Amino acid sequence: MVIFKIDDLDIRFGSVYAVRRVSMEVFAHEILTVIGPSNSGKTTFLRMLNRMNDLQLNFKMSGTVELEGENIRKMNVENLRRKVGTVFALPLPLPLSIFDNVAYGPRMHGLHDRSKLSERVEEALQRAYLWDEVKDRMHESAFKLSGGQQQRLCIARTLAVEPEVILFDEPCSGLDPISTAKVEDAMLKLKQQYTLILVTNNVKQAARVGDRTAFFLSGELIEIDKTDKIFTAPRDRRTDDYIRGRFG
Amino acid sequence: MNPYRTQRIAFSLLFMANALILLLVGFVVVVIVQKGLPAITWQFLSDVPRQGMRAGGIFPAIVGTLYLVGGAIVFALPIGLLAAIYLSEYAKDNLLTRLIKLSIVNLAGVPSVVYGLFGLALFVVFFKFGASILSGSLTLGIMILPLIITASREALESVPQSFREVSLSLGASKWQTIQHIVLPNAIPGILTGTILGLGRAAGETAPILFTVAAFYLPLLPGSIFDQVMALPYHLYVISTQVPNVDEKIRYGTAFVLLALVLFMNLVAIIIRYKFRMKKKW
Repeated sequence: MVIFKIDDLDIRFGSVYAVRRVSMEVFAHEILTVIGPSNSGKTTFLRMLNRMNDLQLNFKMSGTVELEGENIRKMNVENLRRKVGTVFALPLPLPLSIFDNVAYGPRMHGLHDRSKLSERVEEALQRAYLWDEVKDRMHESAFKLSGGQQQRLCIARTLAVEPEVILFDEPCSGLDPISTAKVEDAMLKLKQQYTLILVTNNVKQAARVGDRTAFFLSGELIEIDKTDKIFTAPRDRRTDDYIRGRFG
Repeated sequence: MNPYRTQRIAFSLLFMANALILLLVGFVVVVIVQKGLPAITWQFLSDVPRQGMRAGGIFPAIVGTLYLVGGAIVFALPIGLLAAIYLSEYAKDNLLTRLIKLSIVNLAGVPSVVYGLFGLALFVVFFKFGASILSGSLTLGIMILPLIITASREALESVPQSFREVSLSLGASKWQTIQHIVLPNAIPGILTGTILGLGRAAGETAPILFTVAAFYLPLLPGSIFDQVMALPYHLYVISTQVPNVDEKIRYGTAFVLLALVLFMNLVAIIIRYKFRMKKKW
């Protein structure tokens, strides 16, 4: 099933193009990994999918992005972001307790019943593999957690909103290998229920967790295919050069 | 000259400039305390002025100043805060925004006596509020408005942009983000600015001169349409307009005014300090 259908997407900031003529589809319950050098437009592409680019100055776009057949420009932006959550590159807890961080999204959407809220928080933390580590300190500041725990807290916070798609923007760039492995484990389990799109600078990570992989270069989509295929027999020379580290 | 010596001279100059400030403040405080403290008795604080202000206390002036400061804040804080939220969260960089910002800067630069005259023309005469607590509070409120807007804007803008992005990315609306994330983290800064504004409003004479202050009125106000005495104006009156007022009473009044303003600044400092300790990012 197609979740996102992107058609002839151009994005620019002022007169600088960040994404050019990108057309592709994202399928339900897959992990799509997006790779490419810095400045290749992959993060801009990702932020397009729940309209976080709208916050940027001088943002302009053309082409269409459809979520389950609906043009996202015509959707209510709060509803879109409920369905499409983000985990950012750096762990960014809100200045609240662990519990309140995870409960933030549901509360904003009108869930105030205490027991339902606790249930939702526990479930989200369990899915992010953090529950056992934090269940006795739910009311401590989220800033007391380690970096890896904070990032899993951010995943839990996104899950608590019960989205359909989760966008990961280099979620492991600030984490050590053990924390990275935990986050990757969480992602692999999550794909049964969600669609995941992962932007990463770590080519090996893209190969480890991806079902399909897209390669971006200078704002253009060079190639998108099954991850195995991209890493064994890419169609484009530039893809091959990049994954073998022959760039720059 | 050798650079080491240049540096030593520069540092000494910088240090001396700071020492001078400390010395001046210390000097003012010491003189006022030394001459004013002996006048401070329960009677001085709680009695009305007697014998043509040459005896008795300053209670009506203290009450008047508290009324005026309170009124100014009731008027200036909501408007100032709303303006600051608009400027920091909603305003796009266009002609209107630049005009508003320019107006705020200019409002801050208007001499206080001009506010007094403006208050007289607008509130006392045009709106027919008369010389009253209402007119005086509104005039003081306008005077401290730029201070409150600027402090609130700085407080709002110091809340990291990433917090806003996270909140929005979870599907919260812009207003929810302001309400639940931005404002709670900006409140200490807003309070600090507000209290500094209070101190400024408490100490000014010119804005209340034509709009509210009574020369001699040994009664407490019955409504916001009454005149009141106020500490700064009372100090001016007993220092220059009434002959043979005991030095003790004059310095006692100055002491009370100074204590009031310093106390407010102290509260602002404590709030700021607590905020820094509690800051979670």
